[in-house]
Amino acid sequence: MKRDATVLYDVPGPRARRRNLLYTGLFLIALAAVVWWVVASLADKGQLEWPKWEPFFTDSRVWSTYLLPALKNTLIAAALSMVIALPLGAVLGIARLSDHRWVRGTAGAVVEFFRAIPVLILMLFANAALSEFTDISPESRPLYAVVIGLVLYNASVLAEVVRAGILALPQGQTDAAKAIGMRKGQIMTFVLLPQAVTAMLPALVSQLVVIVKDTALGGAMLGFSELLASVRPMSANYGANTIASFTVVAVIFIVLNFALTTFASWLERRLRRGRKSTGAVVGADAVEELATPGEHVVPPDGTK
Amino acid sequence: MFDFLEGYDLLGAFWVTVQLTVYSAIGSLIWGTLLAAMRVSPVPLMRGFGTAYVNIVRNIPLTVIIVFTSLGLFQTLNVSLGADDFTTINFRLAVLGLIAYTSAFVCEAVRSGINTVPIGQVEAARAIGLSFPQVLRLIVLPQAFRSVVGPLANVLIALTKNTTVAAAIGVAEAALLMREMIENEAQLILISAIFAVGFICLTLPTGLFLGWVAKKVAVKR
Repeated sequence: MKRDATVLYDVPGPRARRRNLLYTGLFLIALAAVVWWVVASLADKGQLEWPKWEPFFTDSRVWSTYLLPALKNTLIAAALSMVIALPLGAVLGIARLSDHRWVRGTAGAVVEFFRAIPVLILMLFANAALSEFTDISPESRPLYAVVIGLVLYNASVLAEVVRAGILALPQGQTDAAKAIGMRKGQIMTFVLLPQAVTAMLPALVSQLVVIVKDTALGGAMLGFSELLASVRPMSANYGANTIASFTVVAVIFIVLNFALTTFASWLERRLRRGRKSTGAVVGADAVEELATPGEHVVPPDGTK
Repeated sequence: MFDFLEGYDLLGAFWVTVQLTVYSAIGSLIWGTLLAAMRVSPVPLMRGFGTAYVNIVRNIPLTVIIVFTSLGLFQTLNVSLGADDFTTINFRLAVLGLIAYTSAFVCEAVRSGINTVPIGQVEAARAIGLSFPQVLRLIVLPQAFRSVVGPLANVLIALTKNTTVAAAIGVAEAALLMREMIENEAQLILISAIFAVGFICLTLPTGLFLGWVAKKVAVKR
């Protein structure tokens, strides 16, 4: 629920406008001072020289050798994690709503456990476990480790998303399905799940941003050759252009994730507007909350 | 079974994790609140800056930010944040990176809290002649903070888990010690279980306690 911020103050009159202009000026000066300091210290260390930035614009090899393969690895890891975590999360989420206490309890324990642990710990564990118990080659091990770590964590977050999606549906859906004599499994697969999937699409897309960002952990800690890991070889080969390389990599991440965020909120607006739906939507902002251990999704009407 | 632990400073590593969390939490609460105030302020330039900051920083992986503080800020630009030895420098750089990243999320949480304050209250405050800073300080923020304890708790827990990223620049916290122990000892499952339980001990009680506090202080409407 976004509200126009202007309710906090009146439409500025002549004096307020003058004051605002003064504040704008002061803020501009402060901002300019910071920018000047940054630029000066960059120039001082020779990081602004054109040759350090030039390769990204004129030399296609820097893209074909480093950036694009690295971006591909980032995307592969993110896509694999999402594709594997989704069904796993759906199963866990549905299991948490089960009528049988032991199924509910087990799924709950698994979800709470993996939500409470940092992804990096899971990745380190997966990496070591792979080298100890399997004979996957050391070159492909980082990818497997990254994907396993991401799947374990995100499946448990997605389980909460699925649960929230199902709980957000109006009770009448279940009642009507029961009334025409459907069994529990049928209600879930034919009535609740399809609607819940639609309702939680925005949350799913915005969870992708989290996954894309977390792949960088593999680059820093496990030697997975994704975007962040491409900074070192690039700055080694193109004349110590650390700042330039970081800037380019950061911009790629920003563009990628910004596109996903925008898509998620567009999807959310569209679903909320839709006349055919039941009005149940798990918003893109909900994910942050669902990723917290101990937090529970409370259905809007306060029933179980 | 546990004698291999003697060579390692397990509690010390978790203590560093806690320190990282506390310093970054305080820093990002201050910077995040300032950002939120900017985002609702009447000055368009400040609003623009706040929006740009949040949208840019939220979409960069924390790992990139933290590695940048070490490779870019320290090794290229010689920013050492007033410290002399590498341990302190890396610690402070990690805190800086965590603050820069987390305050974007704090800002969004506080802003959503500001949105929960009913319009009528703000209108009443304006009607009795309070200025924008007064409205924000006396009417809006006190209520906003009470309704925002829950979301801020989520940010705090995410921050606790995110401190492990500091291992990427060699801060001697839990994840780095875990990697070292895995390399040196043949006790993978046991070691992982210890660190998993350690983090559960940090995050789960925080979540439960702050969830309880959130219910207690929330403004009933």
